[in-house]
Amino acid sequence: MGRVVVEVMPKPEILDPQGKAVVGALPRLGFTQFSGARQGKRFELEVDGEVTPEVLEAARQAAETLLSNPIIEDVVRVADASEESAGAVA
Amino acid sequence: MAAGTLASARIGVITFPGTLDDRDAARAVRLAGGEPVSLFHADGDLQGVDAVVLPGGFSYGDYLRAGAISRFAPAMDAVVDAARGGMPVLGICNGFQVLTEAHLLPGSMIKNDHLHFVCREQVLAVENASTAWTNRYEQGQHITIPLKNQDGQFVADERTLDELEGEGRVAFRYVGTNPNGSRRDIAGITNAACNVVGLMPHPEHAVEAGFGPEAADGTKTGVDGLGFFTSVLAALVHA
Repeated sequence: MGRVVVEVMPKPEILDPQGKAVVGALPRLGFTQFSGARQGKRFELEVDGEVTPEVLEAARQAAETLLSNPIIEDVVRVADASEESAGAVA
Repeated sequence: MAAGTLASARIGVITFPGTLDDRDAARAVRLAGGEPVSLFHADGDLQGVDAVVLPGGFSYGDYLRAGAISRFAPAMDAVVDAARGGMPVLGICNGFQVLTEAHLLPGSMIKNDHLHFVCREQVLAVENASTAWTNRYEQGQHITIPLKNQDGQFVADERTLDELEGEGRVAFRYVGTNPNGSRRDIAGITNAACNVVGLMPHPEHAVEAGFGPEAADGTKTGVDGLGFFTSVLAALVHA
């Protein structure tokens, strides 16, 4: 089974309230190394067959039309992730 | 439609999965003197209505982004076509979010800057009293209607904001306090033709004495939201 990963992040110029809350919480737990945090989204799109160039192109189109809102978000990655296990730590 | 046929104006209210305020919107239409028509998101037929209200709520649980999935409903294809043809469309709260996702209105809504759900009686200034949904107000009039949302922070790039200001398309601004961090205190906007209006606060919850916000003449007597619905009836008569 093939898998395409799509990653979406809030645009740099858009204040990210969720990231701000996260970076506010980190030092309270002793993680004082981090001066900023931004929170995005990762989608894992599964296909029954292989991830062909056509599948990747369809994923790019889905990323631009449904998975992100170009007013507030950027699609930062659309990639064949068939070799990665779902939700694996890189 | 012909003058003097206010009561026969048919205003559609679309229900999406997760819509909450469709019945209040229909009630507001009725109290203003129009005939509410229930429409369903999966039906691309608007049943010949004269105007459409996209009510508030949490369509599709706000999954993905508020309004993002509803935007692709068959009923929305019909609304986009009709809106481009001049039909009055009002988006309230989640309905406003759907209108921005559908690109009928610019900008977008992100989470409130303070991250909390907010529910309060909010004072607004009517900044454009010549839209299909605001013509019964005075320019600059202050009105008080409920505000309740989590993702209510209006954002757009500076160029878009300047355009909105320059073209008089800021329809409502928050007065006294900015409850969610919205750019330039913007609570609602209109399109260039002034037939499509979206705002985060809820006029449909301030249309009947006894069930509205606090007002100078008594508790819960505020009916400042009724003007949205009488405005559209007036706009239809004069169309």
